[in-house]
Amino acid sequence: MTNLYNIKLIVNGKEYERTVEPRLLLSDFIRHDLGLNGTHVGCEHGICGACTILFDGLAMRSCLMFAVQANGHEIKTVESLGTPNEMHPLQQAFHEKHALQCGYCTPGFLMSLIPFLENQSEPTDDQIREAIDGNICRCTGYQNIIDAVKLAAEKLVVG
Amino acid sequence: MAGRVFGQPVLRNEDAWLLTGKAEFIDDINLPGMLHAAFYRSDYAHARIKNIDVSAALKRPGVIAVYTAADFSEYWKAGPLQVPPPTAIPDSIFHARTLIPIAKEKVRYSGEPLAVVVAESRYIAEDAFDDIVVDLEPLEAVIDLEKALEPGAPLVHDDLDSNLAAHVIQKHGNWDEAVAQADVVIKKKIVVDRCAGSAIENCGILVDWNDRKREMTIWATTQAPIPYRNSIASRLGLFEDRVQVITPFIGGGFGPKIMNSLPHDVLIPIIAMKLKRPIKWIEDRRENFLSTTSERNQLHYAEIAAKKDGTVLGIKDIFYHNTGAYDPYAMTVPLNTQTHTISNYNIPNYYTEINMVFTNEMVVTPVRGAGRPFGIFVMERMMDFLACELGIDPADIREHNLVNRHQYPVRTGIIGQDFVENVLDSGDFPKALAKVRELIDYDKFVKEEQPRLRSQGKHKGIGIVCFTEGTAVGPYEGARITVGANGKVNVATGISTQGQGHFTVLAQIAAEQLGVEVKDVNVITGDTAQFHWGAGTFASRGATVAGTAVYKAAIKIRSKAISLGSKFLSVPEDQVELKDGRVFVKGEPEKSISLGDIALKANPIRGTFPEGVEPGLEATDYYGPPYGATGAGSVAMIVDVDPETMAVKIERFVITHDAGTLINPMLVEGQIIGGVSMGIGNSFFEKLVYDDNGQLLTASFMDYLLPQATDMPPKIELGHIESPSPLNPLGIKGVGEAGAIPTPACFVQAVENALAECHLQINETPLSPSRLWELVQESMK
Repeated sequence: MTNLYNIKLIVNGKEYERTVEPRLLLSDFIRHDLGLNGTHVGCEHGICGACTILFDGLAMRSCLMFAVQANGHEIKTVESLGTPNEMHPLQQAFHEKHALQCGYCTPGFLMSLIPFLENQSEPTDDQIREAIDGNICRCTGYQNIIDAVKLAAEKLVVG
Repeated sequence: MAGRVFGQPVLRNEDAWLLTGKAEFIDDINLPGMLHAAFYRSDYAHARIKNIDVSAALKRPGVIAVYTAADFSEYWKAGPLQVPPPTAIPDSIFHARTLIPIAKEKVRYSGEPLAVVVAESRYIAEDAFDDIVVDLEPLEAVIDLEKALEPGAPLVHDDLDSNLAAHVIQKHGNWDEAVAQADVVIKKKIVVDRCAGSAIENCGILVDWNDRKREMTIWATTQAPIPYRNSIASRLGLFEDRVQVITPFIGGGFGPKIMNSLPHDVLIPIIAMKLKRPIKWIEDRRENFLSTTSERNQLHYAEIAAKKDGTVLGIKDIFYHNTGAYDPYAMTVPLNTQTHTISNYNIPNYYTEINMVFTNEMVVTPVRGAGRPFGIFVMERMMDFLACELGIDPADIREHNLVNRHQYPVRTGIIGQDFVENVLDSGDFPKALAKVRELIDYDKFVKEEQPRLRSQGKHKGIGIVCFTEGTAVGPYEGARITVGANGKVNVATGISTQGQGHFTVLAQIAAEQLGVEVKDVNVITGDTAQFHWGAGTFASRGATVAGTAVYKAAIKIRSKAISLGSKFLSVPEDQVELKDGRVFVKGEPEKSISLGDIALKANPIRGTFPEGVEPGLEATDYYGPPYGATGAGSVAMIVDVDPETMAVKIERFVITHDAGTLINPMLVEGQIIGGVSMGIGNSFFEKLVYDDNGQLLTASFMDYLLPQATDMPPKIELGHIESPSPLNPLGIKGVGEAGAIPTPACFVQAVENALAECHLQINETPLSPSRLWELVQESMK
C-alpha cells in the first residue's frame, strides 16, 4: 500500500482536513470523500471538461490533478453557485435559453464560464466558443449555451 | 393546436436540479457496505482462452472476490434476444448469437471481460488486474465484411458454417424491369464507418440485494427500465416485482444505454446476490469505447436506374452490415436502413438485400439514427451521382422525385424495425425542400455567388438533401396520472429519460388537460415500482408514445374530475368547467372545488362507495401506434474548404423539419440542433477505427473526436413544417434522431461541390481532413 498524506484545503469556503492516498484523483476526492457530487466525471483523461472546477480561481480539470496537489489551495465547485430556488445568473441564463439537456456536462461548463465572465462583460460568439472549447456537450450542439452566456453577461452587468 | 401550455416553449422542470449539481446520477448513489466491481478485459479481439489464474488477485488486501466464467455455473448462459428476429419477412435467415455474460473458452472482441474483481474500492479492484495471469491463444481476427463471408474465413462463432449472421431480401416492383426501361444505370460501392454514442456519462449499475426479503433494488443508466428489470428477474428466477429498477438522472443515452444484456447488466446482480452486499460498477471511458455497443459500419453495392429526365425507376442495394461479435439487438439497424433508403422518393422498383456479418468487433446496436443515416446516405449519394451523370441540378432532381403531399399514407412494401410494413403517415416533403432551398438562397448561391467566389479562388460548396425519420414506433407505452390531495399531479410512465425533457413535455400534456401549472406536475420516469409496463426510450418514441398515453389518461381524469366536481357542487356536469386546478360552476366563480379536494373526497374512508367506480382521482391508459409516425425534412449547408489543409468550415447550416404538432418548440429545436451536432461529428470528426487485428485504435476522446464549440457552424438555422400525424390524437411525431440522419450526406455533397475542379465522387462517410486529402490526391492521378 502507498503512504497516506494529510491535506488541508478550502472547498466552497469551508476548510477540510483529510488523509488521502497520493494517487487519489482530485475529482474522486471531491465527489467521494467530500460528497460534492455536482462535479461530474466523463472521461478521466482531461478532454471532456465535465469535471472542471475552480482551483485558486482558475478553471481546471479535477480529473487531471491529484487530491494532494490541492493541499493548501482553494477550490470551488458548482455547489458554490446558486441553489434550485436561487440560481446564480449564469445558471438562470442556462435555464432560460435551454442550454442543457441531460445536464451531465453542465457543471463543467458553468465552472469554465465563471472566470471567463469575470473578465468579459460583453463577450462575442467567438470568444464564448473559445472559452467553452474545452468542454464537450453531446446534447445541445452548443448553440443555446452561447446564447445563455450572452444572456448571463447581461444579467451580471445589471447585477 | 397550441394551447395554454401545450405547444408553448415552457422552460424545463428538471433544470434547476441539474444546474445546481443537485441532480442525482448513478455514481452519486452510495450505500452502506457497498463494494466496487471492475472488469478485467481481453486485449485480444479473437483468442482461445487456455487459462486464467486469479489466485494472486484474491490475496490482495481489499479484494473481496474475483470471478471468471467458471464461477457463475448455472447463471452463465447466453443473454436474451432484445429484439425479435425478422420472421415477418419471408425467407429471412437469422442466427441468434446473443451476448454472453463473460468470456468462456473463447474471446470474440477486444474488451470482452475475462474476469470481474470486487473490492473495497475501485482503485483496489483495478490494482488487482496486475495480479491476474491469463493465457490466451490469439486467433486470426474477422474484420473485413466481405472477407468474413469467404470460404475458409476464421469463424467468430465456431458452431456456425460461416460468419453470416442474417440474410434478408426485401423488394417491391421489379428491379430488372427498371433496368430494362432505364436510360441510365449507375452502380457504386458506398462505405459507412463506425461511430460511438458517447454520452458524456458512461454506463453504470448499482445493485442492492436484500437477502432476507429476497428482493433486489437496482439503480442503472438504462433507457428501458422495464425490459431491464424483466431480463434480470428472468435470469435470476425471481418474480418481476422482486426486482425494482430505478433510473436516476441519466447523462445522455443516444442508443447504447438501451442494452440489458451487456456483461455488467448480467453479472453485477448475480454478484450482489452471491456476496449479499451492494455492488457498484461505473464504466470508464475506455470501457465505453471498447465494450459498450456502437454503430454504423455498412458496405453497400448500390445501383440506381433512371430516365434521362431524372425520373428514378429503381434502386438496387446489396449491403453488408457489421453486427460485431454478437447480435442481441437482432436486425433493427439494417431494417431501418432498408426502410429509409427509399423513404423520401417515389421508387417504383426496389431490391434490398442485407448480409449481416459477425466480426471480432464490438456489438452493433442502435446509436442515434440507428441505420437510418446509412439508408439516407446511400439514397442521397446515388441521387447526386445521377444528377451529375445527367447534368441536372441536385435540388431539382430531388424535387422531381419526391413523394408529394397528396400521396399519404404511402405504403412502401418494406417491413421495418417494428415488423410491419413501413408506411409514411403524413408529411410535405416538397415543402420541406422548397423551404430549405429558399432559406439558404440555394439558387442565388449556385448561379451568382459560387461562380464569383470560384473566380476568386475560393472553394465554397453547397449541399442539399432530403430525409425522413421513422419515429414513434410501437409496441406501446402507458401512463398513470394521480392527483394528490395537495392538488399536485404525478405522472408515472415506464420510459426513462436521458435529457430529452420528458419531465417537462409530459407535464405539459397533462397540465393542458387538467388546467394546472406545468411546475405542479411531477413526472416519474424510470422506476419500475411506480409504473411497470412499457418498452422504453428508443426510436424517437418517448414523447410521442408515452405522451399519447399521458394524454389519454389525462382525458380520463379530466372527465372524472368534472363528474365528481359537479356531484360535490350539486350541479349538472354541463354546468361546470375545469380551470386553474379547480372545478367551477359556470358563471359562478365563487362556487368551486379544487382538484385536490376532489381527489381527497374520491377516496372516502367511511361510508359507502358506488359500484363500478375506481377510487381516487387517478387514471391509467396505454397507447400503441399501428406503425411509426414519419418525421422528415431537408438540410442544406454551405462549406468552405481550405485546399491546403482540407479543413472544412460549415458557414451556413439550414434544416427544415416536420415533427408534426410540437409539444414544446424550444425543446424540439434543442433536439434538432443536438442531433445536427452529432451528425457533424459523424461527418468529419468521429470514427471508430479497428485495425486488422480487431484492436480499437480510437478508445479515448483524444483519438475519437467529438465536435467542440469551435467546430460547429455559426448558427444552425431552423424552419419548421407541421404535418400533424393522423396516428395519435395530439398529431405529434418523434424528433430525437432527426438532425443526425441527413447531415453526413449533405456534408459530403457540399464538400464535393466545393472541390468541383477535382471531380470527386465521394463514396464514404465519415471523412476527415487527411482522408479528404487522400481522395483529392487519388482524383488527380
